[in-house]
Amino acid sequence: MTGQIPRLELEGISKAYPGVVANENVSLKIMPGEIHALLGENGAGKSTLVKFIYGVQTADSGSFKWEGQEFAVANPSMARKLGIGMVFQHFSLFDALSVEENIAIGISPELAGDNLGRQIRDVSRQYGLPLDPDRFVHTLSVGERQRIEVVRCLLQNPKLLIMDEPTSVLTPQEVAELFKTLRRLSEEGVSILYISHKLQEIKDLCHVATIMRMGRVVDSCIPSEESPLSMAEMMMGANLVSPEKPEKSVHGGPHLVVKNLSLQSDHQHGVDLKNINLEVCKGEVVGIAGIAGNGQIEVMEILTGEVLVEDPNSVLIGEICVGCEGPKFRRNAGLGFVPEERLGHGAVPEMSLWENAFLSGFQTMCLVSRGFIDVQESIKYALSIVSKFNVKTPGIKHAANSLSGGNLQKFIFGREILQNPEVIVALQPTWGVDAGSAAFIRQSLMDLAAKGAAVLVISQDLQELFEVSDRIAVIYEGTVSSPRPAEDITVEEIGLLMAGISSEVELGLTADA
Amino acid sequence: MGDWLVPALLTIITASTPLVFAAVGEVVVEKSGVLNLGIEGMMIVGAISAFAVGVTTGSATLAIFAGAIGGAAVAFIFGFLTLNLLANQVAAGLALTIFGLGFSALLGHGFVGKTFPGLPKLEIPIISEIPFIGPLLFGHDILVYGSVIIVISTTYMLNKTRVGLLIRAVGENHDAAHSIGYSVNKIRMACVLFGGAMAGLGGAYLSLAYTPLWVEGMTSGRGWIALALVVFASWKAWRAFLGAYLFGGITIIQLHAQGFGVEIAPEFLSMLPYLATIVVLVLISRDSSRAKLNAPACLGRSFHEAG
Repeated sequence: MTGQIPRLELEGISKAYPGVVANENVSLKIMPGEIHALLGENGAGKSTLVKFIYGVQTADSGSFKWEGQEFAVANPSMARKLGIGMVFQHFSLFDALSVEENIAIGISPELAGDNLGRQIRDVSRQYGLPLDPDRFVHTLSVGERQRIEVVRCLLQNPKLLIMDEPTSVLTPQEVAELFKTLRRLSEEGVSILYISHKLQEIKDLCHVATIMRMGRVVDSCIPSEESPLSMAEMMMGANLVSPEKPEKSVHGGPHLVVKNLSLQSDHQHGVDLKNINLEVCKGEVVGIAGIAGNGQIEVMEILTGEVLVEDPNSVLIGEICVGCEGPKFRRNAGLGFVPEERLGHGAVPEMSLWENAFLSGFQTMCLVSRGFIDVQESIKYALSIVSKFNVKTPGIKHAANSLSGGNLQKFIFGREILQNPEVIVALQPTWGVDAGSAAFIRQSLMDLAAKGAAVLVISQDLQELFEVSDRIAVIYEGTVSSPRPAEDITVEEIGLLMAGISSEVELGLTADA
Repeated sequence: MGDWLVPALLTIITASTPLVFAAVGEVVVEKSGVLNLGIEGMMIVGAISAFAVGVTTGSATLAIFAGAIGGAAVAFIFGFLTLNLLANQVAAGLALTIFGLGFSALLGHGFVGKTFPGLPKLEIPIISEIPFIGPLLFGHDILVYGSVIIVISTTYMLNKTRVGLLIRAVGENHDAAHSIGYSVNKIRMACVLFGGAMAGLGGAYLSLAYTPLWVEGMTSGRGWIALALVVFASWKAWRAFLGAYLFGGITIIQLHAQGFGVEIAPEFLSMLPYLATIVVLVLISRDSSRAKLNAPACLGRSFHEAG
């Protein structure tokens, strides 16, 4: 590819926010038709760089060359005019608008003419991305929503397509479909900037990778010549210790039991749960895989007691029926839980760390004396969380929202684990958490199980589930499949279950047997 | 029958027109995700602006413009506070109402007791003389026709044009609209100003046509009814129009019932429109999923650009 003019060439990009340097002297070169990976942990500065390329933000200094010419991209519509399209990680879609309206709003007015509906059908057929322009977005699956974003970009005949973590919400089969489309675009000469921290995908798909750490470009490589582990080490700048399953000392009877549970969701676009049966034994980790929005939140709410069920016998902690009891009662019965949202659900953002520690631990850790808060003990408790769980913080009197995602998540896990729960339930435990903290959290979950607790992990990250779980189940549209030993189930089978195709798996099962 | 029915219907039209303006303006404001509770304040400032200019210059046209500009000017204060300074919309809206009532009283101090000849009727020869239909549909002043045109054009604008799509998008998901590259707060400010101008026209109609004189606090809660109408109309301009006529009708029936000597306490009847508002709000919010689906998802939430 030497001798060609690079499609995009960035040189010396720097951007500082108050207190943080998000990008420092970053340079990047993307050739026509190249699939270029941008690799880095959360907070490495990938998103800032991409926002700059797409014109959402301006850089403090640095040059931007498009096909050899210098430009200053002031806003996204200018970026689109140059031929830059972007698929956002958190989709920029509008639930209450139709597919066609959603697309019209993201492209230039000249393109959004009367025959937009037909154009959408044409492009989506051409690239194998089926879409109905008249459907409303809130009725679509996450995979379909992503197609809207992709089609929106393709309609503008982009020369550079930016994809920010595009596969985090897709089933393995959907990922394969997406990669087919991307490879085809690359053959047609479209450059693709692919942001991800899923290393296997980058190895499979990308031609070149640029690795960022702490706002700087630290390395680059040809992914096909590297192993996921070697890329992870470049990304972290350190040797990655992958969690190890400890030897099981205890393996007891079922300790968290859900029996014949059905529930209508009262969320606006919620999922009804249908006849869920689940047992988690002492000393084991059970994983539930599934694409977000298939009932994970509803299951979590029922387990924590935020939503009560009619039959007290349908949720059991040990011998205690807790179906009609709230979170306080369940904590006393030995339940610990880590919800998905760290800020606002797992912790009160504006409150200090010790106050947050108090809020969940005041009963089990006896932090109240004669109706008053025992500040001394609460602070001691918070300090022990910080030291045992390696939480990087300026101090426990700082607000929860001053911590980075990974550190706050470690704090929340520490808070729950130090209460010695007999059962712990975690939803998306490492979502948006840096690789180091994620490994630490996974390790502590497995250690807790080794000490005899029943652990339930609900996650979208299959790799994570395979790493920590003894048995894996799949949730799809409010039903949970029966868990199977992690050794006996493959990623492909889980993928099919996640997409709601169970018959083939069952066929495969009988064939195996 | 025509001897009392036609005047009754005519008064319904005049009683409803201020509500139509204010409610349709607020529909647009709320569609863009801003909750402006200051309609009452914008209306009353519109009313005094129009009346003062009308009495001073004698020009109905200038008076109407002054009403719209007055309403928009007060709305600008609200927009600046909530959009630029990120003040709480509910608090700022309530403050706007209180401010508007006080400020208009100050402005109107020298105008108490003066009268304005009213707005000229645009009578179309021949057809406005058709019995019954003629006086009912033709022969109104410009603002009555204007209110109908505003409803139609707003409905069209919101649903069929790119501008309308942008307004709905900004109200639905301001983060997404921003990341696509639209200036959320500029769009919202434009809607707030439009809403203010409409409320101002509603107020102007009160002081120029409905009761062509200035009385302190003469909007007497119409801004709140307009606000309720927006929810009642589930954020649709044409339904807000129907709602405005329904409420205007209740107000007038109340007056006529008193005139016919119906044995009901007049206090009860003058309570009716407000009671109806409460009943309608309860009925609407009973089905929470439906109300949520229609409501703009970002209603009342400030947009912070750096976030």
